[in-house]
Amino acid sequence: MSDKGFPLRLSFGTIPLWRDVRVLRALTQLVSAVLVVGLVLFIVTQVVAAANERGFSLGFDFLREEAGFPIAESVIEYEESDTFLYALGVGILNTLKVAILGVILATILGTFLGICGVSTNWLVSRIAVVYVEIFRNVPLLVQLFFWYFGVFQLLPQVAESIRWPGPFILNNRGIYMVWGSPTDAFVPWLVAVLIAVAVAVVGAVVLSRVESRVGRSTYPLSVAVAIVVVIPALAWIFMPDSPLVRDAPELGRFNYEGGLRLTPEFASLLIGLVIYTAAFIAEIVRGGINSVRRGQTEASRALGLTALQTLRFVILPQALRVIIPPLISQYLNLTKNSSLAIAIGYPDLFSVGRIMVNQAGRAVPIFLLLMVSYLAMSLTYALIGNIYNRRVRFEER
Amino acid sequence: MLKHTIRLMLIAALAFVLLGCDLMSSDDHEDEAHADVAALEDQLASKDAQIAQLQAQISAQPAATTSRLETVTARGRLVCASRTDVPGYGFLDASGRNIGFDIDLCRAVAAAIFGSGDALEVIPISAAERGPTIQSGDVDMLARTVTWTTTRDSQWGNYTVVTFYDGQGFMVRKDKNIDSALKLGGTSVCVTSGTTTELNLADFFRQNNLELEAVVFENTAAVVSAYEQGRCDAFTNDRSQLAALRSGLQNPDDHVVLPETISEEPLTTVVPHGDDQWLDLVKTVLYVLINAEAFGVTMANVDQMMSHENIQIRRMLGTEGEFGQSDLGLKKTFAVDVLKAVGNYGEIYERYLGTEGLGLPRGINELWTEGGLIYAPPLR
Repeated sequence: MSDKGFPLRLSFGTIPLWRDVRVLRALTQLVSAVLVVGLVLFIVTQVVAAANERGFSLGFDFLREEAGFPIAESVIEYEESDTFLYALGVGILNTLKVAILGVILATILGTFLGICGVSTNWLVSRIAVVYVEIFRNVPLLVQLFFWYFGVFQLLPQVAESIRWPGPFILNNRGIYMVWGSPTDAFVPWLVAVLIAVAVAVVGAVVLSRVESRVGRSTYPLSVAVAIVVVIPALAWIFMPDSPLVRDAPELGRFNYEGGLRLTPEFASLLIGLVIYTAAFIAEIVRGGINSVRRGQTEASRALGLTALQTLRFVILPQALRVIIPPLISQYLNLTKNSSLAIAIGYPDLFSVGRIMVNQAGRAVPIFLLLMVSYLAMSLTYALIGNIYNRRVRFEER
Repeated sequence: MLKHTIRLMLIAALAFVLLGCDLMSSDDHEDEAHADVAALEDQLASKDAQIAQLQAQISAQPAATTSRLETVTARGRLVCASRTDVPGYGFLDASGRNIGFDIDLCRAVAAAIFGSGDALEVIPISAAERGPTIQSGDVDMLARTVTWTTTRDSQWGNYTVVTFYDGQGFMVRKDKNIDSALKLGGTSVCVTSGTTTELNLADFFRQNNLELEAVVFENTAAVVSAYEQGRCDAFTNDRSQLAALRSGLQNPDDHVVLPETISEEPLTTVVPHGDDQWLDLVKTVLYVLINAEAFGVTMANVDQMMSHENIQIRRMLGTEGEFGQSDLGLKKTFAVDVLKAVGNYGEIYERYLGTEGLGLPRGINELWTEGGLIYAPPLR
């Protein structure tokens, strides 16, 4: 309003619509929106038309019918008389089981190898490089076949099982180990553990605040670990019954029974995924550490920080900013790669889905469900990862 | 961001509307514009009429504008989904040719249409792929040890003729000392996924209150390998396939098929839903194979048989009368081509499953005249 009569204002009004950038932008938006919506509509109508023509149903009602097929292993109790929907849930939990364990183990192994990769010890850093180059460059499916058909299936038969102290028992039916089986006292004890964890977290937060105010170490991490160890231990000792009893695998008629059993299918998939993904994580960690300038290390050493303190307080906080985003994408890859389980007989989401396609005869709805399930898992990872990323992000002051 | 985009789009839309009104109401062009609009409206009306006519034509015809037979003829070959991994039914011979009982059923149909069994493309698929493959209609025919069940019949496609009556059994190692399927409680059993076998296995163990660990693979070769390595105590499949796969194990004599048959497995071929003529065609070709065995017409004697004194034989071979060939869109003498390409039902059986193949006795797969279940309606 204030620049009324300014020549530019006048000439602006005469720009024809087809040369007005704002109109053109809006128009391209409109055209692309129409194209996308049109394409989606076209595909949907084609699928519906084809389905009608061949007489197969696109509804989801079948999910309430009895599944009828066996599933080899399951986190929750599963019977053949359960519904297709329940079977799909079993598949999702099996995928989550291998994905969550895989992410944790791959992070530990990958971080270790990544730190080895920047080690000044020649041998250690060479070993890390060789590891990364071997496992990063062989396709995952090949590695899974190697672990399953080349390692686990070649273990001895049940009667000739390998017994390791522990006791661990290895045969081609799986890895068996001693495990605790919960008693009536388990739930109260679990409550004690949860309380201990809560106390530890609060304590650690308070102590680290004090630490940054006082400027002297208050050992928040050590205190937290001590709390988590001591309270459950005391609870265990003072409880009338032991919350867990020793459950050792015993040889039955055909198999070992009892204890904790990792099936060869699960173990090969987990090992394959962890070893493959760890190679990528190692490179990400190495790259993150290398992205912190040498001057930072030198300066902190000059200030009198030990090597460990330098790593913890100077290098890692800066490296994490570089590491986190590609790390999240590796977690997503690991989860999606777990669908290769179908090749080695582990009943993950995809392989249960494939069986359902055949037994229920409804490919389109089931594949939609599979896609939505994987998408939901990936988006959850991305969400958690992004929240964490925001916390470690460099804050300009 | 999204809000911003929507606002811009609204502005753009509004701008167009305003612009349009502006042009319409401008005095100079009003008459001219009216004339133009009238002419355009006329054109539009005539186009509308044309569209309505075309739509009427389209809706008068059913969705399938070209029949399956026309598609196959135009393509120049029959596309058949089958397998390469089970001796007898569908496997690769020493020279890498894909042959077998199921493959020959496809060859018979190809020969009926093209006069030569070689006008055939075989696509190997896994058990779990059978349903989606035939539902999609991408193949003309599915011949891959498919069990006929009512659910599959309603969902997958049209089932044709039972060409083999099978039943499910178990194979175990002899040294496990198991003599009955009822003693399999607590064992691991290897099974192929996406099969009726898988469902029957679950039913059988549930029915008899036996504890089961099913180890499931999609790939039959993986199932066999897992069983052979000892991952499973038992291996379950149709009995004939068990016999076939046992012959491929390292020491077939170390393994034994248990006496129980836990299900009926009528094996058949499937064609896609939606084309009745094609269903009838495939069925008729298979009936010819069975009738030819009953009449004693073989690959070797088919030429002499064309002038046989039996009028039914002459009718089948196309030298006398008609049994529906022209309605199906087939040559009058198509049966001759079929029998020259693969021989009759009995010959196919002996070649792959019987004496020259796996050595399975005919059993219930004898002709009805010999006390078996293989029967075909008359050709007339």
